[in-house]
Amino acid sequence: MTANFLDISDVTVSFPKARVPVLNGIDLKIRRGEYVSVIGHSGCGKSTLLNVVAGLLEASGGGVVLDGKEISGPGPDRAVVFQNHSLLPWLTCYENIRLAVDQTLSRAMGKAERHEWTLHNLALVRMTHARDKRPAEISGGMKQRIGIGRALSMKPKVLLLDEPFGALDALTRAHLQDQVMSIHAELGTTVMMITHDVDEAVLLSDRIVMLTNGPNARIGEILEVELERPRDRLALVADPRFIAARAAVLEFLHHRHTAPGLAAA
Amino acid sequence: MNASVQTPVAAAPAVTAIGPAPMPAPSLAARLRPLAERVAPPLLTVLALVALWEFAAGGPGATLPPPSKVWADAGELITDPFFDRGGLDKGLFWHLLASLQRVAVGFTLSAVIGIATGLLIGTSTFAMRALDPLFQVLRTVPPLAWLPLSLAAFREAQPSAIFVIFITSVWPIIINTAVGVRNVPQDYRNVAAVIRLRGPAYWARIILPAAAPYIFTGLRIGVGLSWLAIIAAEMLIGGVGIGFFIWDAWNSSNLSDIIVALFYVGIVGFVLDRLMAVVGHLVTRGTATA
Repeated sequence: MTANFLDISDVTVSFPKARVPVLNGIDLKIRRGEYVSVIGHSGCGKSTLLNVVAGLLEASGGGVVLDGKEISGPGPDRAVVFQNHSLLPWLTCYENIRLAVDQTLSRAMGKAERHEWTLHNLALVRMTHARDKRPAEISGGMKQRIGIGRALSMKPKVLLLDEPFGALDALTRAHLQDQVMSIHAELGTTVMMITHDVDEAVLLSDRIVMLTNGPNARIGEILEVELERPRDRLALVADPRFIAARAAVLEFLHHRHTAPGLAAA
Repeated sequence: MNASVQTPVAAAPAVTAIGPAPMPAPSLAARLRPLAERVAPPLLTVLALVALWEFAAGGPGATLPPPSKVWADAGELITDPFFDRGGLDKGLFWHLLASLQRVAVGFTLSAVIGIATGLLIGTSTFAMRALDPLFQVLRTVPPLAWLPLSLAAFREAQPSAIFVIFITSVWPIIINTAVGVRNVPQDYRNVAAVIRLRGPAYWARIILPAAAPYIFTGLRIGVGLSWLAIIAAEMLIGGVGIGFFIWDAWNSSNLSDIIVALFYVGIVGFVLDRLMAVVGHLVTRGTATA
């Protein structure tokens, strides 16, 4: 059971007009509490894979089983943090999280409890100070923190991160990565993260899944990152195991599976 | 993130010590200045136009009265819009009120039906294919062209006028609402799907607020068109109303009255438009301008 908490088996996705499938026979088993990154070049179908797990896209073949139940359609047990935060601009930060809480936990919690839980999640992502601000009034990094807070507030079984830090500047990104690491350590949430940032993947993940170039993308290689937690980005810079892991991913991405555009040139 | 916020705060005392002395509270003149800068240009334009008008209409062969004559002839209309001597001999306020009441009824009707139809077309491709060509043709029919048919169908002035307002203003509301619903970002739909927001709650919490800026654009265009249509319709229909007031003044050659009425029509139209913009801004909580 713990070995395959999230079981992606033989998932193939093809779009009606294309001859070749986007993803072909993806097999991936994720343990409870594990942090797994999926990395690959642009257009390889990483986000497609995440959308299948989220239930936003139906696989043409294969299936996904979460905690012993086959998934069908989207649901709060697989909360997604979208790349462009996707906060509702007419709601405040508090209301954005509260809407998700009300919608997903109204049976389990009373009204006062839901209010407390919303505040708790705002505090978890350190955004209590902006509870009454609207998304347009806060920075990109803060929006993404609210997005993460909203996802966590649904008490998901697995947290799906779709290039969550891609649109942020380097310093903000580092700050958010540290926050996600500490939240993961605190809550033990199972995480599947899509990224194209090698350092980010090595720093955050227990395992890195490398996809070959699409279409017809497959899992090329899976790398175990054997670095004990908690991890400190400064200490790791010089750590030979960190450097080796980084080198292995870079080697895969840039030597054996060059970016499609460059290969053609 | 905290560090970047704190740095300027820590440095602030040093800066004020070296920099210029703190600004004294701005004087009254300084505070009125931006206001004057905004008000002066339009005021000057109006004054220049009035002067030009006085000059152009002041000659012996002029067909239209100059502003001085308008003031002499129709001063009472400007200074006392509230008199009521029975029949049609009322102040402009009462005429405007009657017209605004018709607009209120006709426009409310078109807002409700327009938004509902727009939501349907925005959601259902079938409804769009079925109705859109029809709407595209009907919306180009000028308001007054509906009046004879409308009079024949309702056989009374009041409902005919209201129908003309409705049929004129409903199209932009339908079309803008439909576009708004179609343009609800996929991201918001995805969020709704993940938290399993469905049915009426999905409409109330996601689709309507997301489409609201578009809907209010449609309502704003619609209210402007209603005001255009009512003036024209009332000219033909008669009774109390600013449109008939203008027509009546024309029949009794009171050109000065017509000019005063035109100013009132313009100002009311302007106020209706601003009102709709403000309501839209409040309801969409500022996202309409974003």
